[in-house]
Amino acid sequence: MKTVTVNIVTPDGPVYDSEVSMVIAKTTSGEIGVLPGHIPTVAPLAIGAVKLKGQNSEEFVAISGGFIEIRPDKISILAPSAEVANEIDLARAKEALARAEQRLAKKQDSIDFQRAELSLKRAMNRINVHEGNI
Amino acid sequence: MANLRDIEMRIVSTKKTSQITKAMQMVSASKLNRAEQNAKKFVPYMEKVQDVVGAIASGTKDSGHPMLMSRPVKKTAYLVIGSDRGLAGAYNSSILRRLQAIIDERHKSKDEYVILAVGRVVRDYFAKRGHNVIGEIVGLSDQPTFADIKEIARKAVGMFTDGTYDELYMYYNHFVSAISQEVTEKKLLPLTDIVPSSSTAAYEFEPSGEAILEVLLPQYAESLIYGAILDGKASEHASRMTAMKNATDNASELIDNLSLSYNRARQAAITQEITEIVGGAAALE
Repeated sequence: MKTVTVNIVTPDGPVYDSEVSMVIAKTTSGEIGVLPGHIPTVAPLAIGAVKLKGQNSEEFVAISGGFIEIRPDKISILAPSAEVANEIDLARAKEALARAEQRLAKKQDSIDFQRAELSLKRAMNRINVHEGNI
Repeated sequence: MANLRDIEMRIVSTKKTSQITKAMQMVSASKLNRAEQNAKKFVPYMEKVQDVVGAIASGTKDSGHPMLMSRPVKKTAYLVIGSDRGLAGAYNSSILRRLQAIIDERHKSKDEYVILAVGRVVRDYFAKRGHNVIGEIVGLSDQPTFADIKEIARKAVGMFTDGTYDELYMYYNHFVSAISQEVTEKKLLPLTDIVPSSSTAAYEFEPSGEAILEVLLPQYAESLIYGAILDGKASEHASRMTAMKNATDNASELIDNLSLSYNRARQAAITQEITEIVGGAAALE
């Protein structure tokens, strides 16, 4: 089976680097599945999970935004933060979730509201990826 | 000649000081190591972002994105990256001196510019002189993560976009080597100096080039700020390490000199005692 190199990089260092046969990511305009030999593409990513299909394995990485750069032989994902499923700090994510819910319940001004909503999304995304229900 | 006891006490206290400075030197050395590693880990990300930004910016001419457009400058912002603590040699003072000179030269009134401060020393300096400090981070950890600085980075970019200021400069100490750091000025916004990437891969944009720039450019600017902060941190540790090394060296030199005077004084006292005894014995004969 054909494979393609996938790099996931964050400002705090590389998170993932391996050969896979398919990448499924959630962009702002919908999900895309990328196979080896895809034409060069750039797309912004939504907060969500990236699914990396290997020969006979599947991995999930939680992504908080950023974008994906696709070349025929190489796929790069650049995100402000990213974690492989089994490296997610579940306790921290749950804490963040509780904090965000609390702030949303208070309904302060709109900027705080937006930020709380985003951190809620990120926390839920991490928890979902960790628990594998995507 | 000072008396023996005084000299002895000075030797003891100088020794204690040198132990402290020596310890601080070693702490800074290990922090510098970590900071250098962090800066290295950040490189692949930065390169990639730069690459893609270059490719897109050269692909979509005249995108008209506000972050790429120069506009008449009514207000300038300076993002100054310093440290929270002192004892780092000229680390803060060189950057503050340089910026003060530039401000004096470029601006007539305090309404023409605003300051974004990273580090307590920087904030206190400008706040005390009545400059307009509109953003600050203090208490940044020695190994900052992207999440730690995201807030000020987003704020800095946001205030440019909403027109609070029309250009943004960044001042920080660039880490050249462990013994040399240089004050660097970098024009951050508007992003006029994007290098078109050489790889002429014609990208498909999903959904469109403009929509991608919308996401990409803030991320790019934020990563530039993060890069500068990492660079600044490495310089801070290097500068503190050098300062503490000098302090330790000076202390040991001082101890040497003091020991010499101590021994001289001791010898003089002994000689005097012998003379007295001999004199006393001679008087008895």
